[in-house]
Formats: sequence, C-alpha cells, structure tokens
Amino acid sequence: MTNPGPMICPFCGPRDAGEFRYGGDPKAARPAFGSSDAEWAGYLYVRENARGVAKEYWVHSQGCGQWLIAERDTVTHVIQRISEATA
Amino acid sequence: MTGPVRIAKAGGCALPFTFAGRSMQGRAGDTIASALLANGISTVGRSFKYRRPRGILSAGEDEPNAIVDVTLNGVRVPNVRATTQALEAGMQVSPVLGRGAALLTKLLSPFLASGFYYKTFLWPNWHMFEPAIRRMAGLGRIDPASRMSAGPGGNLSVDLCVVGAGRSGLRAAIRGAQAGQSVLLVERQDVPGGSSLWRGGDGVAGLLSEARAVGVTVWTGSTAFGAYENGRLGVHRQGDSVTLGGSLWVVQAAEVVLATGAIERPMLFERNDLPGVMLADATLNYLRRHGVLCGARPIVATNNDSAYPVALALAEVGAKVTVVDSRPPSERSAAAAKRGIRVLTRARIARALGRGRVSGMVLADGQRIEGDLIAVSGGWTPTLHLYCQAGGKAIWDEGKSILVPAFPVPGISLAGRVAGKWEAPDDLPWAWSAAPEIPGDGVSRKVWIDLQNDVTLGDVELAARENFTSIEHLKRYTTLGMATDQGKTANLLGAAAMAQATGRATTDLGLTTYRPPYVPVPMAALAGLSRGPVQSPLRRLAAEAAHRAMGATLWDYGGLLRPAFYGADEGSIVEECLAARQGAVVFDASSLGKVAVMGPKAGELLDFLFAGRMSTLQPGRIRYGLTLNEAGIVTDDGVVLCLGPDHFLVSCSSSHVGGFVASAEEWRQTRFGRDAVLIHDRTAHWATMSLSGPKAKAIMAGLGIVGTLDDDAFPHMAFVMGQFMGREARVARVSFTGERGYEISVPAGLAVALWPSLIEAGAVPCGIEALGVLRAEKGFIYVGQDTDGETMPHDLGFDAPRLKRRMGFVGDRALQLPVAGDADRKQLVGLAREGGGVIPAGAHLIEDGPRRSIGFVTSSHQSPSLGRGIALALIEGGRARIGEQVTWFDLGKTGRATVTPACAYDPDGSRLHV
Repeated sequence: MTNPGPMICPFCGPRDAGEFRYGGDPKAARPAFGSSDAEWAGYLYVRENARGVAKEYWVHSQGCGQWLIAERDTVTHVIQRISEATA
Repeated sequence: MTGPVRIAKAGGCALPFTFAGRSMQGRAGDTIASALLANGISTVGRSFKYRRPRGILSAGEDEPNAIVDVTLNGVRVPNVRATTQALEAGMQVSPVLGRGAALLTKLLSPFLASGFYYKTFLWPNWHMFEPAIRRMAGLGRIDPASRMSAGPGGNLSVDLCVVGAGRSGLRAAIRGAQAGQSVLLVERQDVPGGSSLWRGGDGVAGLLSEARAVGVTVWTGSTAFGAYENGRLGVHRQGDSVTLGGSLWVVQAAEVVLATGAIERPMLFERNDLPGVMLADATLNYLRRHGVLCGARPIVATNNDSAYPVALALAEVGAKVTVVDSRPPSERSAAAAKRGIRVLTRARIARALGRGRVSGMVLADGQRIEGDLIAVSGGWTPTLHLYCQAGGKAIWDEGKSILVPAFPVPGISLAGRVAGKWEAPDDLPWAWSAAPEIPGDGVSRKVWIDLQNDVTLGDVELAARENFTSIEHLKRYTTLGMATDQGKTANLLGAAAMAQATGRATTDLGLTTYRPPYVPVPMAALAGLSRGPVQSPLRRLAAEAAHRAMGATLWDYGGLLRPAFYGADEGSIVEECLAARQGAVVFDASSLGKVAVMGPKAGELLDFLFAGRMSTLQPGRIRYGLTLNEAGIVTDDGVVLCLGPDHFLVSCSSSHVGGFVASAEEWRQTRFGRDAVLIHDRTAHWATMSLSGPKAKAIMAGLGIVGTLDDDAFPHMAFVMGQFMGREARVARVSFTGERGYEISVPAGLAVALWPSLIEAGAVPCGIEALGVLRAEKGFIYVGQDTDGETMPHDLGFDAPRLKRRMGFVGDRALQLPVAGDADRKQLVGLAREGGGVIPAGAHLIEDGPRRSIGFVTSSHQSPSLGRGIALALIEGGRARIGEQVTWFDLGKTGRATVTPACAYDPDGSRLHV
C-alpha cells in the first residue's frame, strides 16, 4: 500500500497540498432570503464534521485559483475524487 | 579514581570549550555530553521542579537531563540537548538550571506534589502568582539579540523514504533502490550505522557503500520529526553549527519504511535520579564511540539480555563489573560469569547510594554493592512515533512484553527493532524485551519516572487516588511526558505504574497520543528564509523615485511602501492638510484596487457582492458601495465604475484587493459560472494620481488630459476618458478629502511623468498621513480601522440595505437577524474633546453611572482646518447619544468629550462643487 500522495488539481495535475486552501462545505446551500433565523445561522455556523468521506470545497489558491470539489476521507485524508466546482 | 574518564588515548583533534565557566578539552567527534563525561563531569544541571542534581542519562534524543545553554561566536542558543549536539571549539556551555535556584524549591519540595499549583494558587486568582512562577520555572533563557540563521529547506518527492540508517534501514533502502524506486534515507546521527556504531555487527560499511552504489540518497544529521497528511514527512536537517538553525524539508514519499529502532527504558528504584545512573546502552555508546568509560566499577542492572554485551564490553576494558539481573539464572548469565563478571540473579535493585553521585546500591534483600556507575536496562520501547502520528496506535503486548503497532497504516512499514526484531549478537538465547517492573508496597515512592518534569511513582499514585486514572488525565495532572523530551524514556513506565496502581493491565490503559515533533525543531528552521523582507516583501509604487525626489518620507502601510508626508518632519502634515482645503493637493493612489468585472453576468455578480445595487449604473458613472461577508459584517468599501455594457471596474481599498478578488472568484466560480463573468485584477497595470482641492479644476484644465470639465457633463461620481502623453487616461470625479477631486489613472509606466506634471501645475504633494486627517474630518472610514468584526452597514449610517430588506447580496439575510436590530449596537460617531485637544486613539469611552466601556476611539487627529481635535469612535447606540457627554479613558488618563456626527467638516458636501 502506498501513501495517498499530493493533491491532484484537475487543471494542474499533482501539486503539493500546501498550495490548496480549504473552502468550506458545498452542501451548506445558501438559504433563501425568506428562511428562518435558525436556518441562516445553521448555514453560517453549523457543520457536520462527519467521520468518513466528506464533500468539500478546495481552492487551488497558490496555483490556478480554481475552486474544486473534493471527496475527502476525513480519517485517512485520502481524496477519492476531485473535480472543478460548478455554479 | 571514580566516575567517568576518557580511556582512549587516540582520537580526533582537541576542541577547547567551557562548562559552567571551567575550561575543558573535548575531541572532534564528541557530543557535548561525551566531552563532559570525558572531563569527569557527573552533574550537568538541576531538575526542573525539585532542583535535584542530575547527570547524563542517555546518549541520544531521549535525554531528559542534559539540557544546556550554549554560547558560540556571540550567539546564545538555549535548551540544547547535550547528547545529540556535536561539540564545537569555543563553545561556552552552561546548565539550564544551575545551583542558584535550588534553595527555594528545596524548602518547598515537600509541597510540590502533583496538582500543587492547581490546588495552591486558586485564591484569589492564578494570574496573581503566574508571573513569579513562570520566572522561577521555565527552561533556558532566550537572548533576544541572538538570531539563529537558517537554510532555505525545500520540498522533495520520492518513491520511498527510509527513516533510520541502521542495518535494517540500509537494507530496506537498498531493496527499494534495486526495485527501481527513488530512495531517501534519513538518519538523525552524523554518520549512518545506527546502533551498530556501538553495538557492533557485521557489514554496515558494506551496506552503506552498496546503498550509495544503487543510488540511495543519504541524509545524515537529519531527523524525520513528523508524519503528516498524505504521506508527508517533516525532516529537519541540522546546520553545521549549533548556532545555525538548519533547514526544514517536506518530504513527500509514496512509501515510508520506519527503521527507527527502540529506546531503552530506565529501571524504577529509590533515588534512581542520582547522577551516575545511566542507561546501559548509553554507557556502551560512550565507550565505543568516544572512548569514555562512564565508571571504573559499574553495576549493570537489567531485566533483559541486552545489557550483557554492555557488561562484557565494560569488563573488556578493565572495569570491575557487577551484573544485577532480576531474572533467574540463564545460559547468558552463566556465560558472563564464566568471563569473570560477578553476576547476581533474581536480584532486584532497591536504592541507589551516594551523595551527589552514585557510590553503590542496596538490593531488595538488603545486600550492599559498591560501584561508581549504575548502568540500567529496564527493557526497550520501539520508536513508533511516526507510525502513531500517521494514524497508527501503539499497544502493549503482554505476551511479548513489548510495544507493538495495533494495525497497519497504509504507506508505512516497519523494519528492525521498531518492528520487534533484534538479531541475537551470538548463539545464545536472546531475550531483549521485558515488562516494566514497578516497585511494590512497602518501599519509598521517591522513584523517578519522568526525570525532566520531576514526576515520581508517588505522583502517579497520587493521581490514581484522586481519580485522574485515564492515561490522558495522568499526563495532564502530573505533567508526565510533557517536557522537552516528550517522555521518551518515561511514558511507558508511567502507564505501567498507573496500571499497577489501579489494578488494570498496561494494555488496557493505552498510551497518550504521539504528536509531532519527535524532537524539538528550532523556530529558525521552521521559518527558513521566510523572515523579514523576504517573508513579506514590500510592494512599491511605480512613481517611488518621483516621490523621493520631492523629499517624501516613505513608510510601510500594510506591506505597501507609500509616501507618509513630504518634507523634513511630520510638521508638513499640517501644511498638506491646509493645502487640500485652500488650494490643491495630489496624492499617489495607485495602490487602490482596479478590478475589472466583465461578461453577461457582471452586473448580477456585482449586485451580489455589494450591499448596494451596481447593475443599474450607467456607463461613465461611479457608485460607492460596501461589501459584506455572509454574517453581514462590513469587509471593505470602494467605488464601482461602469466602463460599458457588462463591463465594470471595482476600486476597492488598497489593502483589500486580494481579499476582494478571492471572494469575487469564489462566488463567480461556485454561483455564477466561469463562462458568465470574468474577473481581472488590473491594479498594477494602472497608476492613479488623486488631485483634490478648490483649485483642482483649474489645474485639470491646464493639463488638458480631458476635453470637458463642465460640471453638468462631468459631475461628481462620473468619469471620462482622456489622453496623457498619447496614451489612454481615465479621469474620475471622486473624493476622499471632501474637496472637489479628480482621480487620474494612466498606464503604470507613465506614473513618473504624470506626477511631476501635476506638481508643476501647482498641486502640493500630499502623503497618506495628511489624507488620513482629511478623510477623518469628513467622517470617511477606513474599513478595519473604523470598523471591527461586528460592524454592519447600518452601524455606519448606511441604513438602506437593512431597512429596505434588500435581498440577493452577500450577507443580506444576516442584516435581518435579531442581533442586527439591537439598540445598543456600536455605531460610528464623532467626538469633540472638551477644551479642543486630541483624544488618544484607542481610548475607551466610559458611560456615566455604571462604569463600563461603551465603545472606543478608532481615529483621532488634530484638525488643522477646524483648529481642534476630531475623532471617530464606535459607541453603543452612538447616534442616539449625539450631543451627550461621555468620559474617555486611556492608560489611566481620562477626560470629557461630546458625541457628534461622524462628519466634522462641510456636512452638506458643498465643497465637492467649489
């Protein structure tokens, strides 16, 4: 077995993980203006932090600047899938 | 003659050094510790808590006692581990804790049991005692004048990284390289070979040359101190001198082999902290590597076979050796006896004897043995640190009596002693693992477990009685394993002692979490070259030379080198302020953001990014706006120019350009689509000179950059295109001073030409300091200075986004949260000091009646135009307090001030049109 290795940017290829910045939880969909105070507070502050595979925003901030969605195992840090973030 | 002595006549060249002021001689190849031993030094310092004399215990990174301060070539390096630092000529070595501090803690020592501080300094408040305790405690002294340098370090990617260049590590490296892998072999010691260097063993030299021949990269003097995510290792490469911080390397390895060996454990008996008690393996190390015999009459106390080769080696050089083995007689003990060594089996050591240093020991049966050295081997703890840091777990295997990895970690394998494998040195049975033996009832509990943090068996049992029985509570309550050696010799003994005290198995108790770094890494190495001007290079203006030619004093403003004022001293700030109000000034505004936003969804994106609508802006027009975060907090302010259909230019504040672009990119890519809108930061492409004052229009007219200056065709908050030296120029009517203003933007290369032409036309140069006064007079904010992490738009007077319930922008919903409607939110107001002086910036404002802070002064200046002090402040319910008096408080000084509107100068804005 080998180590999970560096992060692989879909635009730049394998790059050191230090070039990437965590960008938050893409599942935290922006509530509509008419949502409750609690819904908005949840969007701002409440995160699952689940054990296992998590969908996460990452941005290749020290590289191409592109926003990416990674499926990362929060236990092993293995990134199972990474692709460009879309609107 | 008793105690350590150098017996090898030949050796490396002489190196003079001093210890505690005494001149001594060492040899090339010595560590500080081996040189001290060679000079007969037993006591190298005092213990942390009880100030007991302590000697050298080990010969490696596990050393708890021999921590020293070293001064060399005027650089003072605190907390150097004497057992791993090579000796250098001219070193001034001094104990970290000397005799001086001994008395007070000696008097206190009966009271210093576990939890002493927690229990004793509760009343009235720990913070009252903390400064004195911190001075008394603590290791080493930092000399702020001494700066370690450090190398650049770097990143390295390999197929295989082997940690530890003993025989197992060398073999693993060779196998990898032969299989075609790129291999890095990292070794802490200055030479490869691991314990073979003193334990002997065939073929290390051959293995090393083979490794080199097959292309293995060998780094000596390098410690893999941490295992991080994705198979990354942190490696610290030592510098060539103690005064050099070395360099930090991040090694990305697809596979890691740990051949990190094992660390010998001390034995537990009364007064086992006496100088002259050493690890058995260390005495062999000092003998074979440095020619130092640590005692002429050594007592080798052991519970396993690994100490027998040590006893034989010591006897071989003429020492009078006694072996005290806690086990029954064996083939090995018989073989040693046959070689003339006195061997006592089933013999348990009870107490060390001696004043200040070992003179013998007493066995459990009362028998006394004379000796000047107690060489102990209480078993071996595999160095599983990196495996554990990478997600593994070390557990005690009761059957094998050794610490083992609980499960495999992907990408990491173990080789050699760390994997529980140690080849026998001969044909006899070889039992090198053993369980810790904890003294039972009826004997003194003054048995040291953690030497560096002075944790005794009694402390562990006290923790057990007070119900701090989990391994993590034990650590925190007694500080076991929390010293700079991280309990390398202590943690397992502490766990075993707690297990015994609570009637549990060591296996069930577990061990505390292993965390990086394995050894202390100098901060200088972590910083590398990233310090001073290299860490944050100053950004500079295209027209810097022109400013210097005008006598500008340049200061660092958030990483930007900008003119603070022009002229000899700060007195010229007043003149610059008056010139802006009476004539015309020009300041270099080139660092203001110029971020182009274009495409079919450009207006939509800007509407989303700003708390005010921007898409309705007509070409040629400018609008001011605030940006917020999703919590509704103001993050920046700036103006937006509409350059044409679907084409805008955002002029954010100088220090917020990066933040604005990052945030805009995030929303563009995740919400609007990469194809619908493009963001292009043009800040550095354009230089901007800002002309301002009642005579600005006349100066503009003389320059001829734009055709019309008619106020109906070219009103405030509009821009027109013109030409300067045949190149495109953009002139915008905006104002940060409150006077009529023209911002002239030209390609950056023309900055050096535009500036003098403005000066020649009669504009007075104006620096950032004067601008700061002029804008404060107008109540114009600097976001981040006049706002804080709670400021929302309506706190600054921009009520519309909240009151009109505008939706569809970042932070929109947060403005409708209950917190946004609190009556006592801090609001931006002005202050006028009673008597007209200047209130210190940062002063707190105190409410009459219940004395509490209701806000603070964010900006404060003497206003040359108004002839009095002006200030901006964030005050709870501030706008409702306008006209009221408040007390200001700053560093013990107080005074009175009247709350005013934020804008102190030209409140109706008529000056814009003069």
